[in-house]
Amino acid sequence: MEKGEQGSAASVKAVEIGVAAVIFLFGALVVFDSVRVGAKWGDDGPQAGYFPLYVGLLICFASAAILVRALRDPVLAAESFVSREELKKILTVLVPTVVYVAVIAWLGFYVASTLYIAYFMWHLGKYAWIKIAPVSIGVSVAFFLIFEIWFSVPLPKGPLEAALGLN
Amino acid sequence: MEEVNALMQGFGVALSPFNLLLMFVGVVLGIIIGVLPGLGGANGVAILLPLTFSMAQQPGGTTSAIILLSCIYWGALFGGAITSILFNIPGEPWSVATTFDGHPLAQLGRAGNALTAAFTSSFIGALIAVIMITFLSPVVAGFALQFGPPEFFSVYLLTFCAFVGMSGGNAAKTIASMMIGFALAAVGLDSVTGTLRLTFGFTSLLKGFDFLIAVIGLFGIGEILETLEEGLAFKGASAKINMKVVLETWKELPRYWATSLRSAAVGCFMGIVPGGATPASFMSYGLARRLSRDGKDFGNGIVEGVVAPETAAHAAGTSALLPMITLGVPGSPTAAVLLGGLLIWGLQPGPLLFVEKPDFVWGLIASMYLGNIAGLIVVLTCVPLFAAILRIPFSIIAPVIIVICAIGAYTVHNSMFDVYLMVVFGVIGYAFKKLGYPLAPMVLALVLGDRAEENFRNAIKGSQGDMMIFFSNGLVGGLTGLALLLLFWPLIGAAWRAVLGKR
Repeated sequence: MEKGEQGSAASVKAVEIGVAAVIFLFGALVVFDSVRVGAKWGDDGPQAGYFPLYVGLLICFASAAILVRALRDPVLAAESFVSREELKKILTVLVPTVVYVAVIAWLGFYVASTLYIAYFMWHLGKYAWIKIAPVSIGVSVAFFLIFEIWFSVPLPKGPLEAALGLN
Repeated sequence: MEEVNALMQGFGVALSPFNLLLMFVGVVLGIIIGVLPGLGGANGVAILLPLTFSMAQQPGGTTSAIILLSCIYWGALFGGAITSILFNIPGEPWSVATTFDGHPLAQLGRAGNALTAAFTSSFIGALIAVIMITFLSPVVAGFALQFGPPEFFSVYLLTFCAFVGMSGGNAAKTIASMMIGFALAAVGLDSVTGTLRLTFGFTSLLKGFDFLIAVIGLFGIGEILETLEEGLAFKGASAKINMKVVLETWKELPRYWATSLRSAAVGCFMGIVPGGATPASFMSYGLARRLSRDGKDFGNGIVEGVVAPETAAHAAGTSALLPMITLGVPGSPTAAVLLGGLLIWGLQPGPLLFVEKPDFVWGLIASMYLGNIAGLIVVLTCVPLFAAILRIPFSIIAPVIIVICAIGAYTVHNSMFDVYLMVVFGVIGYAFKKLGYPLAPMVLALVLGDRAEENFRNAIKGSQGDMMIFFSNGLVGGLTGLALLLLFWPLIGAAWRAVLGKR
């Protein structure tokens, strides 16, 4: 974190304030919904929102305290939360991961996982295809054997498994 | 000596060939989990929990299942020391203090001694904690049999206040993280009134948030993202360990008996308090440095500096199970996951477990003795193998770990929505860790939220809304008072220092 003053993508202060604000909104949402379902004393004891109301209020108080402290702190603005370099690295993992979990639904777990591992090895590891193919396919086959056959825990399957008659 | 008889029966349960096999499998899996980045005790157990569902349905199966999962926990505790010493990467927060002297020792070419010392002291710490559990847990459970809703709620209150007061971090962040956990636990159908809470019309939220998904996302995906920043390559010292080094270290260890005993005591005490393993390891390292004759050499690579934190961390990690089995209040995130396992298998954790399922409880306690022996044997003989895992390039191991996390998240409820949630929790975990929000209180609140709320409701229902029910007798009043004392401990400490300073 020390290296990135010019290369900083976001300061600690900005992220701290942003996160605290989101938490505050979440707390407000909890308070709002607790009041909606009733947070008073009903005929037969406390209503459904009685306990969550206090939870929501505590979230609001705590996040407000964090927010105020972050706004007043002069040091935080100079500190880098994440440098551009680091952010790029994180996105090269996070974006494929989001794509991966999104395509599981129609490609199935095993095909999606094979492609995901292959992408990682190709993009981050710069391996040759001759190494990528056996590792990525081998890992998925191993998972198939462990989960479908050994533990009989079925995972979502897609067109390939249907074509192979493995459903 | 009722406990000894019960324990002997427990050994009878735990010593079946199948359970012994599970112990070794669990320990090996646990060490692998402890060594791998992104996988730790908590999410490792969470991922493997669904695999025990079918096992737990067979007669005696719940005991086998808990033996498997708790041995994964011991393995992960052992595994944390390997990465700390050889690679200077603490696998778990409580292994941080082990790096102070462990890694310098490895750089001096004495990795074998450091590892032997770490494993042996882990074992001794665990052993002392298990002995304490054996004799103390029936007492605590018997005591807790008299508990009603107000008492249980004040125990939960104590747990959560201890987090705020003892964690030493930013109290507002601890409270925020904890309350988010409680709010997420409240999502879904309210079982008492039948009202839908916080679902906002989304059908996928009806069932609420499962803490297993949160654990897998927060600790698994979050940690992978964090590791990425620090660079992709692990550079480690080589792990040569042979009988000669082991015996040589064992000859040296008895000299540190005072440090061992002190650290084990610190660990046992702090482990019962939630989140205690990490402060316990730092505390006993600090104490050892101050009290040892070689105090000035701490940090340059001396064996005593490995003994102190490892004994305490392992003792704390083990004694975290004492409140889990006796009161149903877990002392650590991993213990929380184990508690979640009990609930899923249909067992009610708490004092009644000792009365209704003695086989289960004493089988578990007996397996703690045996599992730690199994762990010591496995780590001492197979260290180079486990260290080799960390030499697998990150570009292969990272996607494989994420795939494992995704499978784990999916298998909890066979739901794709949970896999999406896991990624969201991963991003939250990454941001929270970097901003210094503690994750353990959130997980514990997610696990205990429903039970805490239920006891709170029943308590104030009984008193017609009068909060003084939590001070109505000596027991509940003492617990609530202690909770408030812990909550305001930092303020009290500051005031105390101010008063002393003036004099």
